[in-house]
Amino acid sequence: MSLGSPEKYWWDEPLDKDEKTWVTVAIVWAIFLTLYMPYKHFTGKQNPSQEYTKVSGDKFDAAVDKFIAQYKVGEEKGLAVVAPPPNSDIFIRGQQFKWDPILKLKKGVQYKLHLSSIDMNHGFSVQPVNFTIQVVPGYDNVLNITPTTSGVFTIICNEYCGLGHHTMVGRMYVD
Amino acid sequence: MAAEFRKCPTTGLMVHLPAQALIKINAVTSIVFLLIGGILALTLIFTRWQAVHLLPPDLFYRFLTLHGIAMLFAWIVYFEVAVLYFTSAVLLNSRLAAPWAGWLGYVLMTVGALMTTVAILAGNSDVMFTSYVPLKASPLYYLGIVLFAVGAIIACVLFFATLAVAKHEKTYEGSVPLVTYGAAAAAIIAIGTLAHGAIFYIPTGLWAAGVIPMMDPEAYRLLFWGFGHSTQQINVAAMIACWYALATLTVGAQPVSEKFSRTAFVLYALFINVASEHHLLWDPGISSAHKMWNTSYVLHLAVLASMMHAFSVPACVEVALRKKGYTKGLFEWLKKAPWGNPSFSTLIFSVAGFGFLGGITGIMYGTEQLNILGHNSLRVPGHFHATVVIGTSMAFMGLTYYVLPLIFQREVMFPTAAKLQPYFYGVGMWTVSIAMMFVGSFGVPRRHWDITLADAPFQYSFGPTVDLGMAITALGAVLALIGGAMFCIIAVATVLAGKKVNQ
Repeated sequence: MSLGSPEKYWWDEPLDKDEKTWVTVAIVWAIFLTLYMPYKHFTGKQNPSQEYTKVSGDKFDAAVDKFIAQYKVGEEKGLAVVAPPPNSDIFIRGQQFKWDPILKLKKGVQYKLHLSSIDMNHGFSVQPVNFTIQVVPGYDNVLNITPTTSGVFTIICNEYCGLGHHTMVGRMYVD
Repeated sequence: MAAEFRKCPTTGLMVHLPAQALIKINAVTSIVFLLIGGILALTLIFTRWQAVHLLPPDLFYRFLTLHGIAMLFAWIVYFEVAVLYFTSAVLLNSRLAAPWAGWLGYVLMTVGALMTTVAILAGNSDVMFTSYVPLKASPLYYLGIVLFAVGAIIACVLFFATLAVAKHEKTYEGSVPLVTYGAAAAAIIAIGTLAHGAIFYIPTGLWAAGVIPMMDPEAYRLLFWGFGHSTQQINVAAMIACWYALATLTVGAQPVSEKFSRTAFVLYALFINVASEHHLLWDPGISSAHKMWNTSYVLHLAVLASMMHAFSVPACVEVALRKKGYTKGLFEWLKKAPWGNPSFSTLIFSVAGFGFLGGITGIMYGTEQLNILGHNSLRVPGHFHATVVIGTSMAFMGLTYYVLPLIFQREVMFPTAAKLQPYFYGVGMWTVSIAMMFVGSFGVPRRHWDITLADAPFQYSFGPTVDLGMAITALGAVLALIGGAMFCIIAVATVLAGKKVNQ
């Protein structure tokens, strides 16, 4: 029994056929899973771009301000609306408690999106397409993205960042 | 020396009285924290169910932080310490190597737990269980966790010292029992993990106190999860040791193969501690190659161990019941199983819930491609309430129904309520877990006070399906809380006023 010492030489007792079959199936499945994630990493269409760099809050702040000044086309709820050209570097800054600026992107065009925070960790969760990228201060998380649907998108912060966390909601437009 | 022991009339084991006292105090303290964590859970779920929206935001985030600390640290670790003393001293007929060290560990853990609790309730440590820097808590918050971890490490060392004493004094013959072996795997994982935790909380606490500069936020995330997820693997190993114990206690099951089960525990000790980078799959700062190595190759060797236990635990229950003559058809043994024994029904809820709800979703969300859909959504708490609550907590509850007569020497009070308790708790938590994962699949964030986004500059609605899902989550939580309250009342009443078992 499990609560008492086992019989002597328990390690010599052969395994039953059932156990061997089960372990074999489990090992094969584990190998399949182990190979499947890297396989999908190279063939899938929704994978990290692996282009992060370290960046200080001040530097990122300056880069975002420059980006806004360059391509600003309007304003909404006190935030700049920015329409960058195709294939350009685009920026979103996370800070307590806003995502800024509001991007106006074109469908089917690739952009290089730079995400960082100038204070806490934030979660860049885009709805209703539903994906989440982690935003960490001190790091520029770079993603090569191509919008595939047009419409109005909402960016919700899903990493707790302080008492106003639930008000941290941003916008993005794709024509 | 002989006066320090009593002979257990049911099992014939020699119980070391100082060990028994330590098991009692740790078990009682754990249940007190379970009660606190449960009451907090009630307020949290009725806040997230927006039809009620009970708490204001500051209290919601504060209680959420405390709920994590009370449940994941206090309730589970205190109970694990009791399990360690039980599986070493009691099961091996041995004396506890150094009871004073057990008390020292208990005092450190308790001072630490209270310190962290006070820091949170004081309102300057609303940092969530993860306390990602630059979020800053009071230095007391970190100091409390460090003291708690050091206390728990002392308990683990005492466990191994007791194994050595038992071997030296020849209090048992041959190998240690399987349950003790599993507890040893848990203790090995615990020492490494808790030491890791104590070490990285120290610089974080010193930063909070203004002594040293802040560590890199991504380095913190990596260090935190090397600790935070690995501590959950202590729970897994301890839970599975409890499963084998429950299978033996409820239906007299014997392990189908000692070699098979023990090999699986060795795999845990070797591999389960890695694999923590699935929390960081969409983080900057760590390469995909490293993340994939960490979350697939190594993880799957630990998963293999879980698959082996997933075979051998139900198998030993089936074999034991078939030996009792329930051999008709494929499932007579299951039909005629002792469903009225709360420890047995708990065992089944725990095994099935951990495997099908917790384990499978864990593997799924731990892949790069699915993680981008689920990261920080309610899918994640849905997953870990299946592993830690349905799995570990229920296994510990099931064991409590035997600890009460065997260690506290009291008959379990309100036997009818005890029979029903696992069904309330099990059905409730299964509902909570499934509903949370369902709602999370719509992108609903975790740790969020207001998903209607009423105070936000831009509006977005998750839709009526999500409202329904949140209401179902709350309904499941109410059932679970009734079950949890029944458990606490039965346990506390039995300890205080249960009929003494005849010596």
